[in-house]
Amino acid sequence: MKLKSNIATSENGFIFNPATGDSFSGNGMAAQLLAAMKNGKTNAEIKQDILNRYDVSENQLDRDWDDWMLQLKEANLLEI
Amino acid sequence: MANKYTNLCIAVTGLNANDNPGPGMAVIRSLKECFGDDLRIIGLSYESLEPGIYLKELVNKTYQIPYPTEGTAALIERLTYINQQENLDLVIPNFDSELFNFIKIAPQLKQMGIASYLPTQQQLALRDKVHLKDFGTKHSFYVPADHKLYTADDLQKAAAEFSFPMVIKGKFYEAYIVYTMDQALKAFHQLNATWGTPVIAQQHIRGNEINIAALGDGQGNNVSIVAMRKLYITDKGKAWAGVTIKDDNLTQLANSFALATNWKGGYEMEIMNTAEGHLYILEINPRFPAWVYLTAAAGQNQPAALAKMALGEAIEPYTDYQAGKLFVRYSWDHIADIADFQQISAFGEL
Repeated sequence: MKLKSNIATSENGFIFNPATGDSFSGNGMAAQLLAAMKNGKTNAEIKQDILNRYDVSENQLDRDWDDWMLQLKEANLLEI
Repeated sequence: MANKYTNLCIAVTGLNANDNPGPGMAVIRSLKECFGDDLRIIGLSYESLEPGIYLKELVNKTYQIPYPTEGTAALIERLTYINQQENLDLVIPNFDSELFNFIKIAPQLKQMGIASYLPTQQQLALRDKVHLKDFGTKHSFYVPADHKLYTADDLQKAAAEFSFPMVIKGKFYEAYIVYTMDQALKAFHQLNATWGTPVIAQQHIRGNEINIAALGDGQGNNVSIVAMRKLYITDKGKAWAGVTIKDDNLTQLANSFALATNWKGGYEMEIMNTAEGHLYILEINPRFPAWVYLTAAAGQNQPAALAKMALGEAIEPYTDYQAGKLFVRYSWDHIADIADFQQISAFGEL
């Protein structure tokens, strides 16, 4: 699933949904993920990049990724 | 450089920039931003401690005017005097309770050379709190169910239908969310004493509070629509901070309202966006909101557009504004001299 096209994000992880006025603060990792998603990278590309750069197992990453996507969905930030 | 708006003189009401502010100061700020410091602003006040009276950098001179209950004859007499002193080009009333009189005397004002840009009496009545549910039903808008309360006994029926919490509203202003019958009775008596009957009991709707400021052209179109999500709400339910948002559903709602009513002038829609995505209209205020300067800050200066339209200029409808523009209201102890207070209190002019 893709990030809604109108979602505004900043380098420090701040997220603003201009359709609802909701805003969220993310950490540095969230900022990186959002930037990659906004740049049109696929989920597979983003996950591979994380595996290359961080000491994390593929299973752990999959669980964390699912949790990340769930948070984005609950925050109404993903295209339906 | 001189233009057709040089030496423009505009009278504005609603100078009560307090914790339940009138829109006057925000309207003036918007007008000044468009027309510059040459614009002469005449404040029209009801009480001697309305802060705008003392804000000389924004209001050149203030005249007290009679309360709406004194009727149109007293109002026209006072405005005739003020016009003789100031040569007014335009008047922008900003209180719900004074609109009936201003609409009624608009033709006389026009004869005196004073423009206005107001809804008709019929349009004013359509969105009245007392008629809002019927209006919503007729035009397929989501509007909370309500009961008109004329006596305290009427509360029983409302409570039986809505259960608690429910909202008790004054005819013109003020609303309380009540959780018990004792609170409901207290609110009823308080609002009855202040604004008279009917007091309105309204179904309580949960969701995100969104307001829309808009300007209708009287032909079924909006010249401007700006939506704002409330971020900080006072105990009186007023937005103390908010952020502009953009949502096609909100734009569509305001356009449907303008089409249904042919609304002319500024207005504000108070909306509750439910978890199901239903946009409930809680109220429609027949004038600009107190946060209207945010429209100018976001790129659609609604008071300036209204002034130009009132003065005969054709205005192209705005098509875009900046989402994410934030306002944060603040309070400020402005210092004035007691002599100023004496002047406005004793002579009705400052």
